[in-house]
Amino acid sequence: MSLIRLDAICRHYEMGSETVHALRGVSLTIERGEYVAIMGPSGSGKSTLMNLLGCLDSPSSGIYELNGHHVGEMDDDELAEIRNREIGFVFQTFNLLARSSALRNVELPLIYAGVGLEERREIAIAALTDVGLADRLTHKPNEMSGGQRQRVAVARALVNKPSILLADEPTGNLDTRTGAEILELFQNLADKGNTLIVVTHEENVARHAKRIIRVRDGLVASDEPVT
Amino acid sequence: MKLLAEITEGTRISFEAIRGNLLRSVLTTIGIVIGIVTVTLMATAMEGLNGAFRDAISFIGTDVLYVDQREWFIDSSTKWDAIGKRSKITLPQVRAVERAMSMAKGVAPSVMHQIDSVRFKNRSSGMVMLIGTNDQFLVTGGVTLSSGRFLTKSEANANRDLCVVGSEVAEKLFVNESPLGQKIHAGNESLEVIGVLEKRGSVLGQMSLDNQMIIPIGKMFRGFRWDPSCTIQVKVGDPAHIEAAREELRGLLRKIRKVPPGQGDDFAINQQEQLLAQFKKVSTVIATSGFFITGLSLFVGGIGIMNIMFVSVAERTHEIGIRKAIGAKRRTILLQFLIEAASICLLGGTIALGIAAGVVAVARHFLPVMKVALSPSVVLLALAVALVTGVISGFLPAWRAARMSPVDALRNE
Ligand SMILES: Nc1ncnc2c1ncn2[C@@H]1O[C@H](COP(=O)(O)OP(=O)(O)O)[C@@H](O)[C@H]1O
Ligand SMILES: [Mg+2]
Repeated sequence: MSLIRLDAICRHYEMGSETVHALRGVSLTIERGEYVAIMGPSGSGKSTLMNLLGCLDSPSSGIYELNGHHVGEMDDDELAEIRNREIGFVFQTFNLLARSSALRNVELPLIYAGVGLEERREIAIAALTDVGLADRLTHKPNEMSGGQRQRVAVARALVNKPSILLADEPTGNLDTRTGAEILELFQNLADKGNTLIVVTHEENVARHAKRIIRVRDGLVASDEPVT
Repeated sequence: MKLLAEITEGTRISFEAIRGNLLRSVLTTIGIVIGIVTVTLMATAMEGLNGAFRDAISFIGTDVLYVDQREWFIDSSTKWDAIGKRSKITLPQVRAVERAMSMAKGVAPSVMHQIDSVRFKNRSSGMVMLIGTNDQFLVTGGVTLSSGRFLTKSEANANRDLCVVGSEVAEKLFVNESPLGQKIHAGNESLEVIGVLEKRGSVLGQMSLDNQMIIPIGKMFRGFRWDPSCTIQVKVGDPAHIEAAREELRGLLRKIRKVPPGQGDDFAINQQEQLLAQFKKVSTVIATSGFFITGLSLFVGGIGIMNIMFVSVAERTHEIGIRKAIGAKRRTILLQFLIEAASICLLGGTIALGIAAGVVAVARHFLPVMKVALSPSVVLLALAVALVTGVISGFLPAWRAARMSPVDALRNE
């Protein structure tokens, strides 16, 4: 059984009288432990696809199977549970809670998972230590550099030991050097057997992955392993 | 466990949010504050009034019937004319009642008369309420003696020159000497003090019950009031039989006063219950208008809270998106905003209680009879009202927040 199976996924947006077809029938499978890059020009539907994969959004039609479960049949709260346990999401704009410290940001998924106070503190500190931020626990996002913020986001995404790590242009807001640090982090995770799906439009970022899926106009244009 | 953690987290977030917008939060609570101050003060005032009133009427026994020419409370103006024509209640009528009444523990006539002063040697007492009655007053009037004795039946009937004085009268006239056996002067009469009444306090802090002087009723007729109408005080003894006793008394009086069948009574039987009923009427009016003001200000306040919560939800849409993206359920978000609304209202409730406590302290200073105090039950009531208002007015905004789609919320920055 594949970890992810998409079958003829469509997603369109109603914009007044117009309908925007962001995805027009995407079918693909991704196995456990894969490191996949999704590429494509701006507006081709990459983010829409990622949001669907991350259960943040539901398709207009088509089937999405995650771990053998039909995501389309789940209600809001079941989806929240999936997002909490199965999926770690890293965004281009970090999406950290501005008023909370790094530690609290990383603790949050654990709170929603019902982990007790002491245990979650321990786990969150360990996760931040893993991304090299052991000395930044009490810093708020605006007291950290972009690279540090993105590492907090990665720690938060990983803290519940999800099945998949999704990253939508994770280096898009970072300079080359800090971007490289994040990619190195991803490489380590992939080497440990984690499943990673990373959206990017930079070839050198994509080349870190084992497989590149190219999207164009809401369709999969090509799907090839990296040579 | 999970719910508890979510409540803790929700409380924490709310406090941060309220602290971050303290001025705005406080201003929002004004409507709530007014509402809670009203409800608190009203409940406190009602408690105080009730207590004061009960104290005040305690000198009217619950099981004593008072026969008078007219009712204590007359509701229609037409009645006034009829009442004016009623014949006086005379002493022989009182005696007839006393002889025939089977369900009474005591029957006493009473006639009151206020005089300017009672004198002893060169001392004067100031205003005194004279009560002309007989030995039975000891039963019907609910008085007790601190020293000496009361009038006996024969002394009362023989119109002896004797009196029993209230504690205040005794204090004013006698310094370092026993009142008993002394002759005091009232009007043209000279009366020997045979007893002093126990201290009883005052009615609503105004009319002292210790400023009285009890004399044989015949003396009252001869020396102070020409041909007055008597009040007949009938002590029933058992409050359970008060209705039956009332009926017996009524039948008896109609016979004694020769009221033809089919004609209404030409007398009135009053009792404490009537005072209570009248008081309840008044307090219901106060309560109704108070609750109306409370309801109105809570409604307006609630709308204000709802409004500010919509603003709060709108401001934190992105945050809601983040929380949902990492696993917050609808319930989690709903709770978070409900707690915030409730906390704002509780803040208002606390401010209101502070204001109310101040007002109560001032009121107690100027109106000591009211014996008002913020009781724990009123404080609880106020906080509960605040909490409920918060939850109700926060619900719609919180529900909207809880139902947001994560992607849409995240896009909002
Ligand atoms: N919420 C939305 N409402 C309307 N149109 C949208 C929305 N989200 C995305 N789109 C449209 O869908 C298409 C795909 O967008 P997106 O998935 O964000 O592309 P990418 O991430 O590849 O740049 C674009 O044409 C975009 O304008
Ligand atoms: Mg995009």
